[in-house]
Amino acid sequence: MPTRTINPFANSPPAITSALDAMNEKEPVRRSSFSKVNNRFSQLFSTSPKSKASEAAALQAALVAQQHVLLNSPSPQGVNSSTLSLPTICLSTATGEKSPMEPQTLFQPPSPAEARRLAKSHAEFGPLGSQSHRYTSQADETIAFADPVEDEPPYYFLITTYISYLILIVFGHVRDFFGKRFRQKHYAHLKENDGYAPLNSDFDNFYTRRLKMRLNDCFSRPVTGVPGRFITLLDRTSKDGNNTFTLTGMTTETLNMSSYNYLGFAQSVGPCADSAELSVKKHGISLVSPRADAGNSDLAVEVEDLIAKFVGKPASMVFSMGFVTNATAFPALVGKGCLMISDELNHASIRFGARLSGSAIRMFKHNDTKDLEKLLREVISQGQPRTHRPWKKILVAVEGLYSMEGTMVNLPAIIELKKKYKFHLFVDEAHSIGALGPNGRGVCDYFGVDPSNVDILMGTLTKSFGANGGYIAAEKHIIDKLRVSNAAMLFAESPTPPILVQIASSLKMITGDLCPGQGEERLQRLAFNSRYLRLGLKRLGFIVYGHDDSPIIPVMLYNPAKMPAFSHEMLKRKISVVVVGYPATPLVSSRARFCVSAAHTKDDLDRMLAACDEVGDLLQLKFSSGVAGGAEPLVGEDEVLEKGGEREKGSEMQLVASPPRWRLEEVLKRGVEDVKVPLR
Amino acid sequence: MDIQDLQNRALSLLDDANAQFHRMPGSAILMRYIKSSYQNDPVRSAVELFLVIFFLRYILASSYSTQKQTHVPLSEEEIDELVDDWTPEPLVMKPTAFEDLENEKRPIIVGPTGPKSKLSNGRTVTNLASYNFYNFIGNETLKEKAIQTLRTYGVGPCGPPGFYGTQDVHMKTEADVAAHLGTAACIVYAQSFSTITSVIPSFSKRGDIIVADKAVNYAIRKGIQISRSMVRWYEHNDMEDLQRVLEKVTKEQAKKPLTRRFIITEGLFENVGDCVDLPKIVELKLKHKFRLILDETWSYGVLGRTGRGVTELQNVDSTEVDMIIGSLSGPLCAAGGFCASTAEVVEHQRISSASYTYSAALPAMLATTASETISLLQETPEIMVQLRENIKAMRAQLDPRSDWVKCTSAVENPVMLLVLKPEVVASKGFSSQDQESLFQDVVDECIANGVLITRLRSMPPAVGAGPRDQGWQPQPALKVCVTTGLSRKETEKAGIVIRHAITKIITRRK
Repeated sequence: MPTRTINPFANSPPAITSALDAMNEKEPVRRSSFSKVNNRFSQLFSTSPKSKASEAAALQAALVAQQHVLLNSPSPQGVNSSTLSLPTICLSTATGEKSPMEPQTLFQPPSPAEARRLAKSHAEFGPLGSQSHRYTSQADETIAFADPVEDEPPYYFLITTYISYLILIVFGHVRDFFGKRFRQKHYAHLKENDGYAPLNSDFDNFYTRRLKMRLNDCFSRPVTGVPGRFITLLDRTSKDGNNTFTLTGMTTETLNMSSYNYLGFAQSVGPCADSAELSVKKHGISLVSPRADAGNSDLAVEVEDLIAKFVGKPASMVFSMGFVTNATAFPALVGKGCLMISDELNHASIRFGARLSGSAIRMFKHNDTKDLEKLLREVISQGQPRTHRPWKKILVAVEGLYSMEGTMVNLPAIIELKKKYKFHLFVDEAHSIGALGPNGRGVCDYFGVDPSNVDILMGTLTKSFGANGGYIAAEKHIIDKLRVSNAAMLFAESPTPPILVQIASSLKMITGDLCPGQGEERLQRLAFNSRYLRLGLKRLGFIVYGHDDSPIIPVMLYNPAKMPAFSHEMLKRKISVVVVGYPATPLVSSRARFCVSAAHTKDDLDRMLAACDEVGDLLQLKFSSGVAGGAEPLVGEDEVLEKGGEREKGSEMQLVASPPRWRLEEVLKRGVEDVKVPLR
Repeated sequence: MDIQDLQNRALSLLDDANAQFHRMPGSAILMRYIKSSYQNDPVRSAVELFLVIFFLRYILASSYSTQKQTHVPLSEEEIDELVDDWTPEPLVMKPTAFEDLENEKRPIIVGPTGPKSKLSNGRTVTNLASYNFYNFIGNETLKEKAIQTLRTYGVGPCGPPGFYGTQDVHMKTEADVAAHLGTAACIVYAQSFSTITSVIPSFSKRGDIIVADKAVNYAIRKGIQISRSMVRWYEHNDMEDLQRVLEKVTKEQAKKPLTRRFIITEGLFENVGDCVDLPKIVELKLKHKFRLILDETWSYGVLGRTGRGVTELQNVDSTEVDMIIGSLSGPLCAAGGFCASTAEVVEHQRISSASYTYSAALPAMLATTASETISLLQETPEIMVQLRENIKAMRAQLDPRSDWVKCTSAVENPVMLLVLKPEVVASKGFSSQDQESLFQDVVDECIANGVLITRLRSMPPAVGAGPRDQGWQPQPALKVCVTTGLSRKETEKAGIVIRHAITKIITRRK
């Protein structure tokens, strides 16, 4: 039998099981039926291998087909059809044992209802195309963690950016000048009216009115359905220059590169949604009481235990909103006589909380540990301003992953500083929890740092877990104190049962307690996708910010007019992206931000790269100089050299860097293998 | 010889410099100006020369910061020593015995919340601690609808409203609330508690004026704090005092440039339970040209014939109130909060209100639940009648019959706050802390007798705040939440249990 020689698994049942396991990981939605079948398979082999010779042969053929799928990375259509048919094969063979009347065909097309169901679930979470599309997100211990190189565009683009803003501002003022005289009705809300001061000040409102209004249709696009792999936008038009919009009643399904759906748990089918549905039936929709009163359900307690275990802290508490988690945590930790040191790019919620706490606030340069040390030396030696009393305590607040830059905190370096300067450390893992680390446990996991080195780990449950809310994890005595002194605990509504259950089930899935293998697949797919898209964009010639493993990929646009243009061009290609400009970023560095998800397949990313390639040419966005990566891969001798003299070579490389402008075909061809080695 | 040479060299240099200077454009004008000014007015030349020297000195001086006036220069060794010497306080203080007790005794509800809830100790208790006024939690149609939404939208929206987080269901909920209240527009936040904390600073900035009731809740206080506006307090629900404060502010500000002015108060007060006198406030705010921000977190869905809140109860047009903030999480059994107002105010919040812009949107299934419960309120106003019957029954058991406590809540308020009567406090000399621990004992006693109630939480003091910074605090109180999930009989029975528990605990404490 020729199949025997090709298929090494054919005469060893355990190997088949493992191969099937791999298949299971490949196809998450059908997991439950698979595992059942799996047992039957081995049963079949151990009990009667000879009597049903024809069926065994058929099985082998099926296995060969499956292997074929595993080894190659075929086109998306091929993957879909073969994975679709997989359950059918197994079912027919499994039931075939009992009823010989079953049809003997191996590849039965799925019924229309089944096909619809699968199409829906694949629109939320794409099936894995090949086992090679996985990678483990982990800091490389052999190389010191360094800040990513920030490339700069040619001066031409910077100058035109400034000129653009100048023109926009001049035009805005000219329009205001005439508008205020000839169309007074439109400016009534900016003027004193009947003894009332205007609600919005003219000056503050200028940016919104004259700059943001021009690209208003790129923001707050209404959507419907699950924000998974694809997202359905409600089409809208504006007749008055983006002032108001009317829905056309049509929808557009777009590839979702915008939602914080890192692990792809935004799903309306699957184990998480199933348990959420059960919880609505069992626990009701809401708990209608703050945690301190009667909102303390067994679900919340269970989720808190799960989170504490997950992040590696003794205790934790959950809140119904991520923003409020920060906004109320700081007032309960620091106050008068305390100092808060915050990264300059920290999220608004941290600033909000810091301002509410009433403590002194200092900032250090983004991710700059040298600047932080300088500041620490100054504040500790000088003490409180004017009185020179020593600070009661110093709390340093950093984020694990910065949502606009895609950069990661240099946690090992900060922990070194912490040991020397004895400050308390608060790490906001809003974006990094679930998204980083070999086990998805955030930056500590990524760097292999013991979580006990960080005093407080905060995170949101909105992003990676597809739920809503936030948590704080710390030592038990800290959490105990916070339970009685944190305002959100005392006054805010508790998280609702379906949300809690979604958190619990997605957490269990990540740790492997629920549907083993699926969580791991999600983590590794996210890591692969992040690196793959980032590398591809760099090779195409875009300036990309952030660290290599970060699932947030900001692509620099610079000119303000390119923001709406990029957004529209991508929308034309049915891809939804987020564009951000001033004031969320510095004036010159407007950018588009892609959020990669485990729900994306490699083909989605290829589609994304193809679209970016076209749009990049159209809008002149390919202006990287090559210092930040995207260079030709090393071969043979170069590789040895590279490993030998890492640092010297690095500086040399900067000198000789040539602008990477790869052709799309080359990028797609080389992408998968190059993702697995350190990116360059 | 040498000197001659040097002189010649200097002269030629001077000549060169002169020639260069003359070649410069505008040099002739400068020369003429200096010559004529020196001849006409030597003093002016001196002053000008002085100014030029000052200018050069200023330009060449090294820059210095005006901030670090108290900076003490220290050597690196000294800094190292100070760093080694510095011992920070622990991150949190040790919890007090009372706080430990609170953590220990916090009830854990197993299974669904409802009029009868099961606690983790295995007992089933009558739940008078949740804001489950209409028992919408047990409503099967609502569950069905929520599951339908779950199966279409998933659980979380995975993004802030600005970045693809605005779902059609949110827009519908916003329209439903606006239609219910009769305002032009509405914006839905993801959490009720943080709504007003974020609404206030998005309009009231530094230099603006806020006049607020002394008894407003914690969230409003934090909103006022973060707005950095000038704040004036008036005595709780004292309209004469409000008038006095408004007149004073108007007089003080008469000569200054016009700033935004706000009156901030609550519909039903979280900390006291009583109701605002809205017609009077509207009259005053119109007279003094203030804007009114009304926190209806506790009154929306409760007061009025169809649950529209204070505006419906006191027959005030909702457009007279500049901003109405409400909650979808309490009686409506969903989650989130809202701010209803004009379209302009709402649109401004969409880009400048921190907890809207920087937070994920409300989960779709909770938005649809809110829409459903709003229509339930409008379609079946009889449930509100039933609720008021139950409130009356409960009140009759507690307020007139108890020797120890009185109810400060308004008669329609399903959240009944019971405080010790002033004469009791005076005769027994109870401090605020004594009252809190006393009420905690009452709560425990009630739970032991099968009725779950809770007590009003005092506002947590800021870390490091001394007794000097202590602001207004509510009088400790018991909190009893009436629900239509219980019959009149059951409500009365629970009321008796509470009354007896109060009597038992207070008489024991001599």
